[in-house]
Amino acid sequence: MNAFANHFSFEFRTGIRDKTLLLMNYLFPIGLYIMLGLLMKDLNPPFVETMIPAFIIIAIMSGTVLSLPNPLVSARESGIFRSYKINGVPAISILTIPALTTVSHMVVVAVVITATAPLIFGAPTPLVWPGFILFFLLTAFAHAGLGMLISVISSSSRSVVLWSQLIFLPSMMIGGLMIPYEMLPDALGKIALLLPATYAMNVFQGFAQNQVAAIAPLWSVTILLAGGILSFSLANYLFCWDSRNKARRGHPAIALSTLLPYVLGIILL
Amino acid sequence: MKDSVIEVRDFRKVYGDVIAVDGISFEVRQGEIFGLLGPNGAGKTSTLEVLEGLRSSDGGVLRIMGLDPTRESRKLRHLIGVQLQISGLPDSMRVDEAMKFFSAYHSVAPNYQLLDRLGLSEKITAQYHMLSTGLQRRLAIALALAHNPPVVLLDEPTAGLDVPSRNELHDLMGQLQTRGTTIILATHDMAEAEKMADRVAILLKGKIVALGTPRELTATGAGFTKVSVRTEGNVLFEPDLTFPGISQQAFKDEYAVYYSTDPGHTVLAIIAHIEAQGDTLIDLRVERPSLEERFLEITGKGGGQ
Repeated sequence: MNAFANHFSFEFRTGIRDKTLLLMNYLFPIGLYIMLGLLMKDLNPPFVETMIPAFIIIAIMSGTVLSLPNPLVSARESGIFRSYKINGVPAISILTIPALTTVSHMVVVAVVITATAPLIFGAPTPLVWPGFILFFLLTAFAHAGLGMLISVISSSSRSVVLWSQLIFLPSMMIGGLMIPYEMLPDALGKIALLLPATYAMNVFQGFAQNQVAAIAPLWSVTILLAGGILSFSLANYLFCWDSRNKARRGHPAIALSTLLPYVLGIILL
Repeated sequence: MKDSVIEVRDFRKVYGDVIAVDGISFEVRQGEIFGLLGPNGAGKTSTLEVLEGLRSSDGGVLRIMGLDPTRESRKLRHLIGVQLQISGLPDSMRVDEAMKFFSAYHSVAPNYQLLDRLGLSEKITAQYHMLSTGLQRRLAIALALAHNPPVVLLDEPTAGLDVPSRNELHDLMGQLQTRGTTIILATHDMAEAEKMADRVAILLKGKIVALGTPRELTATGAGFTKVSVRTEGNVLFEPDLTFPGISQQAFKDEYAVYYSTDPGHTVLAIIAHIEAQGDTLIDLRVERPSLEERFLEITGKGGGQ
């Protein structure tokens, strides 16, 4: 427990000490929240209704999908994991602790957004707080799993950027953050069901705002939960200590099977 | 004879078509410092990395304190201290944080005295990326020893260290040995191996080509002892002059240098010749072959005794 607490404490401090992590965990999502909030309030007034969950999802994606994988890839490539291994740091700690600390930073950002959006932009606060917490936890879990999986299968910073943007950009455009899912054309709607952000917005609508949603929110809960579990399990299975020692338990292409719950979402919903 | 702590039998390691280690066997006894020598690519680091549990073996048996490093690496973690040739720490990790971090995983109290001993006390709050290569290596050594492991595996520990740090590390290794710690030392530094190691194995192209104490290895070579003599009148500077046991001779910086298989008779004959010629002896040095010379002899001819 001491080792876990110590590791957690170090990783949490790193999230603030490291300028890139500080930028991606705090400055980028909060800056975007203020700028886009001011812009969208005038351009698209109904956006204010969903701006709290939308910016929380953006913050979570920034922390987990965009910024979490790169330090882990660098750590593996520069031999840090080798140092960890010979000193008894288990793989599970390497995979879970950065995810937990990132989510902890996201809690701070979520509190800032939730507390200030009603005051600055007149955004409505969530009606059902337990539903709102469920939305946050599921969103963070599903995206942190994807971030971890990207860190395990990527061999360089360039491939991290590629995989991360494959999730981040479509989520911003068709994940229900800027344009409601219901307003998307059918074809785009199907593609949107491949993105955790779509289900996250659905959980918020259904459980935090008690609204009638296009998808039954229980399905979204199930898919996000299954996606998160699958991502973390695959990350653990494909984890590799050492770039000099390529031996690993499976081919990195297996990681694509993390999309399975989302593909099922397209078929079933 | 003390118990064998490390046992390596018929060990093989292969990377694709390349045989890095080809069926080597050796054992290391408790409290022994065992030197692993060899040119680059000889298989030293592969052997160490399999013993450390970082890689799997492709054949043979390896045991540290009776444990299989591949299958029982978790149990082994707290029994071995490892300083890797290539490793790293997070850039933002401070020296004291590193000690605390790894000590916690070994379930021991942080050993800040060791940081002091290795000259890191002034840098205790410095982040890893701010340390010089030598200081990073000292930190890696401190972390390897912090949990008082009974077995220590050091891969080029003095590379990049200045002379005082190197001497301090040698003193530390001596103290660890006195306490019964078993040490494997992979090094390119022959003087270090000769000074520190009780026994050494010389690896070449994945095979052990010589194994024994440094004295045994130097004795089993061509066996030339170097005799260097300087006189006032340079009476020895005659190319045709020979003495008993001499196989080679050279003249360098006012010294006549002889390589002898029978140094006793050679020295007596040289002194007798100097006296007979009425010259005066200024300096006489008799040096047994160094491990480095023996190493070059072995590796130079491609191995084999």
